Amino acid sequence: MNTVAGVTLDELELDALTELVNIGVSRAAASLRTMIGKEILLSVPSVQVVTRSDAARIIGERGENKLVAVHQAFDGDIAGRALLIFPETNSLELVRAVTGGDLPLEDIIELEQEALAETGNIILNGCLATIANQLRRSLKMSLPEIVRGSGEDLFSLAGATESEDVALFLYIDFAVRERDIRGYIALLMDLPALSSLKRLVGDFIDRASGSDEVHARSL
Amino acid sequence: MSYKILIVDDSKLARMSVAKVLNVLHPGWSRVEASNADEAVAMVKAENPDIVLLDFNMPGRDGLALAADLKTLNPGMPVAIISANIQDEIVARSHELGAAFLAKPLTEQALAGFLTGAQARLSAPAH
Repeated sequence: MNTVAGVTLDELELDALTELVNIGVSRAAASLRTMIGKEILLSVPSVQVVTRSDAARIIGERGENKLVAVHQAFDGDIAGRALLIFPETNSLELVRAVTGGDLPLEDIIELEQEALAETGNIILNGCLATIANQLRRSLKMSLPEIVRGSGEDLFSLAGATESEDVALFLYIDFAVRERDIRGYIALLMDLPALSSLKRLVGDFIDRASGSDEVHARSL
Repeated sequence: MSYKILIVDDSKLARMSVAKVLNVLHPGWSRVEASNADEAVAMVKAENPDIVLLDFNMPGRDGLALAADLKTLNPGMPVAIISANIQDEIVARSHELGAAFLAKPLTEQALAGFLTGAQARLSAPAH
């Protein structure tokens, strides 16, 4: 059980959230695979309720100080941020993979911002859209933004208020086969939206497990 | 003919969700569940299920490694991998192992198609 800000998520609700992220990221990985032409390897997702500084520490413990992230905020019945994070040293390699690999270095550097934003947009939108569809809600997503810095810099993005200090942190590792590219996809959900999330996840569980129909039959 | 199905997924919700679709299609079939590859292998030995539906992305050994083990244990047993990870490599490796690949979230139509084929294989006379 995880109780935060007076809202408790039970084991099945956390399980359902993990499964939602798993489906979202798996679908998004398939889109990235289409862009790169190489298999994307994914870890099992992890879901934790943590403070922002814990989230930064978890990312920092991976041994990378200089990170680059594509960041998109989402808003609606649930709100938060989605980040595609990788070590800065991988950034050009990712751009090279996405653009096909034949471009000279100066062109790759010039294209870096744009290619990162577009890659992030496809992955994060794909992931969030799948989650929104499963929850039967639409989410409004901001334009992708590139952020550079340490884990702390990434998780103390502008706009985060003190009430958002604790967040639901979902992350998954990814790597590209045959390329030196690895990173994380992280979702940070704002807790003012947690009671709303709990309700939506409850409905999702009912639909997925059929308990709404069992209930209907018993009436 | 009634069959016994083994559902393998680390997510309880995902198992419930597969069970729901299965229950719509074949309410009379029995069902056993496992939450990881080791449990699944033990379950196959102890319960002797006819058909196995398994998740790909699980802690420990993944669904493809498990499918390979199950094919060694019981080559004739129909196996389907269920995953949202619809990358060509995963689908191709499932097929190489002789397992079907079904996209997650699982639809009645997709599961019905797999089960129809599985029933035909199971009821065919042994070679």
